[in-house]
Order: sequence, then structure tokens, then C-alpha cells
Amino acid sequence: MADILIKEGRVVDPKTDLDEVLDVLILGNKIAKIDKNIKKEGAKRIDAKGKIVGPGFFDLHCHLRDPGRPDVETIESGSQAAIAGGFTTICCMPNTSPVIDNEGLVNYIYKEAARVNLCRVYPIAAITKERLGKEITEFGELIKAGAKGFSDDGDVVADCNMFRRALEYSKAFDVPIFEHPIDKDLAKDGLMNEGVISTRLGLSGSPGIAEEVIVARDLLVARFTGARLHLCHISTKGSVDLIRRAKEDGMEVTCETCPHYFFFNDELLSGFDTNFKVNPPIRSEQDRQAVIEGLRDGTIDCIATDHAPHCQADKELEFTNAPFGMIGFETALPMIVMELINKQKFNWLHVLEKLTINPAKVVSEKLGVVKKNAVADVVIIDPKKKWRLTANAIRSRSKNTPLLNKEMTGQVVAAIVDGELKYQSSKLKNK
Amino acid sequence: MPARKDLLGLENLTSREIIQYLDLAEKFASVLKRPIPFVPSLRGKTILTLFFEPSTRTQISFSIAAKRLSADIVNFSQSASSLTKGETILDTAKNIEAMKVDGVVVRHSAPGAAKILAENLDAFVVNAGDGSHEHPTQALLDLMTMRQVFGRFKGLKVLIIGDIEHSRVARSNIFGLKTLGAEVAVCGPPTLIPLDIEDLGVDVFYNTDDIIHDYDVVMALRIQLERQQGGLFPSLREYRTLYGLTKERVARMKQKGIVMHPGPTNRGVEIDPDVADSSKSVILKQVKNGVAIRMAVLFVHAGGKLG
Repeated sequence: MADILIKEGRVVDPKTDLDEVLDVLILGNKIAKIDKNIKKEGAKRIDAKGKIVGPGFFDLHCHLRDPGRPDVETIESGSQAAIAGGFTTICCMPNTSPVIDNEGLVNYIYKEAARVNLCRVYPIAAITKERLGKEITEFGELIKAGAKGFSDDGDVVADCNMFRRALEYSKAFDVPIFEHPIDKDLAKDGLMNEGVISTRLGLSGSPGIAEEVIVARDLLVARFTGARLHLCHISTKGSVDLIRRAKEDGMEVTCETCPHYFFFNDELLSGFDTNFKVNPPIRSEQDRQAVIEGLRDGTIDCIATDHAPHCQADKELEFTNAPFGMIGFETALPMIVMELINKQKFNWLHVLEKLTINPAKVVSEKLGVVKKNAVADVVIIDPKKKWRLTANAIRSRSKNTPLLNKEMTGQVVAAIVDGELKYQSSKLKNK
Repeated sequence: MPARKDLLGLENLTSREIIQYLDLAEKFASVLKRPIPFVPSLRGKTILTLFFEPSTRTQISFSIAAKRLSADIVNFSQSASSLTKGETILDTAKNIEAMKVDGVVVRHSAPGAAKILAENLDAFVVNAGDGSHEHPTQALLDLMTMRQVFGRFKGLKVLIIGDIEHSRVARSNIFGLKTLGAEVAVCGPPTLIPLDIEDLGVDVFYNTDDIIHDYDVVMALRIQLERQQGGLFPSLREYRTLYGLTKERVARMKQKGIVMHPGPTNRGVEIDPDVADSSKSVILKQVKNGVAIRMAVLFVHAGGKLG
């Protein structure tokens, strides 16, 4: 393993509140030194002048479709996309086919990720067997095999008592329960956010309250049980308000949103582009602003991708019949740069916190830090780089994003996992 | 005439474009009164009607319109459910393209379906209804009928009663009427009024009897029985009691007010038989105007020339 010396980058580490132009020396799989003018013979030198050097991104929420849909994505193609997007750790959701609800499949994820050997891939296992919402899975065995949390993502745990029992049982292991907060009855056959745009388009709407009633319920049950609740892909003003109030009351709940909820609003669905069809749906401008405020004031802890690949044939169906989801690994950083950094004037410490240390903490991992002796998961970012997101440039096996062929600002130029340079863009200067 | 290849809806048309269709339709209406009601305008053109949802009158109306223009017409019907299992609408589009038709009239249960065809075909596409989204030729024939009776749109007061949520007829009429300067209100059970429709510049009411006397045009929409099964209203009986166009209710309308319905009617539910057949009803006039409107639309989009 070659030692790596990253020269003259702007090192940003939220955990230690560091934001300074420094050199970073990586020896073996550890960060050995962060200082000015480090010299090290024989180390691979990376010139990071004008670049940001931060902890590797940590994605709490993605769909790798493995096992089940190798035509759409695999652990291999998903890892390639993730590492190119700066994600050194990704947590994959269990709504695969078959469902990740047993040790065998958890082992499979680790084995396949080790073979691919790009980023860390952590499985989130199902809360209930086959995600049917009836019987809880063997949390103990699954955790022993390496599951980092539990979720029936794609579906809410509809039965309140089942949800209570899952939260209670999780306390024995101190693991988070990831909830997909959407009430099925209220969302019904909703294809997009319910509001004036769905009214104009004649598309059936899924109302914001479909999310909010479950967020409210979950907060109550989490408080009652004292278990660790993580709310996935928060998209509405009402949800942000509920979580903000819960945190003000001292609850230790965590939540995430996704780039598409602070980047897009539902007016963009007017062209019936199925690449905008996601679940929860892209919401109104008011909701989008509330999500940004939630990120700003700390109500929203994490930014996750909800990377959800689908093949072109499926996304070419009519809006009614096309599946929900958009890819997210390779667009997350540019969306963050273009909206949160450039337009909303967030600072890098603040943004990176939500991409690194905060998500790592949700699953109790000691990652997401750039400091002496920390595990060397490091990302180098060019925040000003302009580039075009072409289908060829996308490493994910699926290309379902409304940003296809659009101009991006901000690009990951290198990613280091466990001290190894796993990704570098072709233009990165190194000696 | 308009540079647009397709007619997908009224939402983005200008008032000038709408009026052009109506004026041209009036010309064709006079053609239809002739002993031999044909013009050779679209001789040699092939038009395909592609209906993935059951319809009789709209498909027939387009067929007659095409024949009156001397176009060749091919009709195709298939339920959308059997289509989605095998062939996608895009596959269908590619097949049509290979067969070199000049125009396609499409009905489909999915909003935006006509747009997919329009974007993938060189042939012009006329939307004959895409789910709950738009049904532009129906709204144009409704507008034509209103203009024949009132001679104006500015300040005309139009009330649409019924299942607004699931109605493409309501949407297209709202877009067209608002563009032309009419005042539009909707009335129905709150469960069938779509969210934030006020933002389209439409007044919303839930009680028919409070307002029916105030409108020039009262348009009843067809109520689908499956909406009741979906829990959106309790019974057809109560629907009729609250929103049905009964003789008593219609008697309270303006003296010159008219009753419209896009058909087919559920007689005795949203409209009573004696109202549908009364002098206030222009329902058959709507059907008649339908052929003239569809002639105008096909003529414009097939690039026909007036002799």
C-alpha cells in the first residue's frame, strides 16, 4: 500500500471544526499527520491546490438492486458510481429480491463488496421478514453478521403495534430503526405531490400529510419506547416542523433528506418526465425551502442519496406506470454545490457534517473524520469544476436522472478508502 | 395557422389559437349542412385513431370528421391494461412511425401519454383524452357551443358540476375558458374537487343551490360509479340530491342559461332525463359541433389548404 501525501488542499473536517489549507499524510490505512509543509519521500503526491479535502462521504440510504436486478445495478456498478461520487461508505437498503432479512444475504453483501473492493458497503437489514410487516427479523443474528440498522424501506411499517415492538426490540442492540415514513392509505395511488401542479396535470397526488402522519406517529412511538429512530427522506415542511419540535423537546431522533428534495420542486413535473417520479414525491417550493431551512438549523442531520436505479425501458413507460426513483451517487455533490453552497451560502463545514460525521454516527461508525490516527477515508473535491452529466459519464448501470446532459458545478476528483486511492478523475494532477 | 405539430391540450394555447380553431370549425359546420358534406382537403392523408380506453362517440366523431375531409382513417382500439403488459406506448409509437401515417388521434388512461407519442413521432398527434389530464377537442366543441349561444367569452359565467378531480373535460374547459376571459366556478363534493384548484383562478363551491341561479352555462360531468366504491361519496342517490341537475334546480337558472354535458350521461344521476331533453339543454348541439371541431383540428394539423 503506497503512502499518500495530499498537498495544499483546503482541509475541512466538521468533527474537529478544521477549515485550513494544509497537507495530509496518509500512512497505511491511517491519517498520520495534518500539517503545513509535510515532506515524505516515496509517498504518492496528490496536488490538491484549490481543492477541498474532507472525510469520505457516508450514504445512509441507497438501493443497489443486488441481489435481484443485475440489469439495473449491482454491488459492483453501484460501488463504482458511489466512489466516483465521493462516497467511501454506502448503506444499502434491503428491498432487494430476495429481501435482505437473513444472515446469508448480509454475508453475501459483504463478500461481494470485498470482491469489488471499492467503497465500504453496509447492509441495512429488513425490520420484518420479507418486509411484509408481520414478524420481526432476527436482529441479533443479523447484527452479528454485520447489519448496521433495520428498515422496511420502500414500505412503512404500517401496523403501529408492530412498529412499537420493532423499536422496543431494537433497544437490546442499540441499533437504529430506519423508517420510510409514508402512510399507504393517504398516499394511495399518488404519483406526484398533491397540490396545484397535480391538479393541473391530472396526475393523482400523494399529499404531504401522508408523510407527516407517520413522522408524527413514529416520534410518539420512539419517545414512548426510548429506541433509536432514523426518519428517511424527509420532504415536507410539516415533517421538518414536527422533527424540529421533537428535537427542541430533547428527543434524540435523527433524519435525512435527499438532494432532490432541496434541488427540485413539483413545477418541474409539468413535462411528465418520469425521471422526476420519486417516492416521496418532489414537493412544492414551500416544502423545498423548509427542507433547506431544516438543513440550515440542524433539524435535518444527514443528506442521503436514496440512489434508486431503474432501467430505461421501465422509465420510458407512461408516468402512471413508470417506477419511482432516481439515481443519486454521482449527482449528490454537484447538487449540494449548486444549491446549498452556491445559492444558499452554506459553508463547507456545515455541508460536510451532513455527508460524513452525522450519518456515520447514526449507525455508530467511527468514520467520517479527517484527523490524526483516524481511518483514512478521504475525499478530494473541486468545488468550481464545471462538467456535463452525460450518460457515458455515469457509472451507475442506470441513467435515470432528470439532470442527464445538464451542466454540473462541483466534482469529486479523488476518493481514498482505508488508505487506498480508489478513485481519481482523469484530470487530477499527481506525481 | 398554428405552427404547432400537435394538439395535446388547451393549457398552453393562446386565445388567438383557440379562436382560430373555432372560426374554422364554423366554416366546416356550414360544409356539413350541404347535401354532399365533403371537402377534398385531406385527400391522400392517413389518420390513425388509437384508443386504449373504451370510447364510442369520440372515436366515431373523429372518424366522421376525417371522412368529411376525404382523409383515409384507420381505427384501432385496445385496452391499455393489455398493452402495458407487453408493448409500451413507445413501442407502439415506433410501429406507427414505420407505417408512415400522417396523424394519430390517441386516447389513453395515463396523463401525458399523448405527449410521449408526440415527442416520438413525426406524425401529428391529437390528444383525444389522456387520463384525467386534458381532452382538448371536447373543450373546443364546448367553447364553440357556448359561443354560438352567447357570442362572447368575456364575462361569461360557467359552472362545472361534479367529479372535477378525475375530469379531463373539466381541466381543458377551465384552461380554455380562463384564457378566453370567462369566469369559471366548480361545484361538487369536496372529495371530488382537486387540491388548490383555486390557484387556477377558479371559484369553488360545494352547494349547488346557493349558486346555480348565477351562471350562464351549467355543465354537468359524468359521475363514475367506481368513485363511490372508492369512498369519495356515499351513494348515487345522495349525489343526485346534492348535485344532480333536476328540473327544480334547473328552473332556478338564468332564463337564457344553458345546460351542457360531455356525454355519455347517467340519466337520473347527474342529469335528469327531462332536463337533458329540455330546451335549456344543448347536449346534441355539442355532439354536432364535435364533428366540425374535429374537422378543424385535423385540417390544421394535417396541413390542409382551404379551397
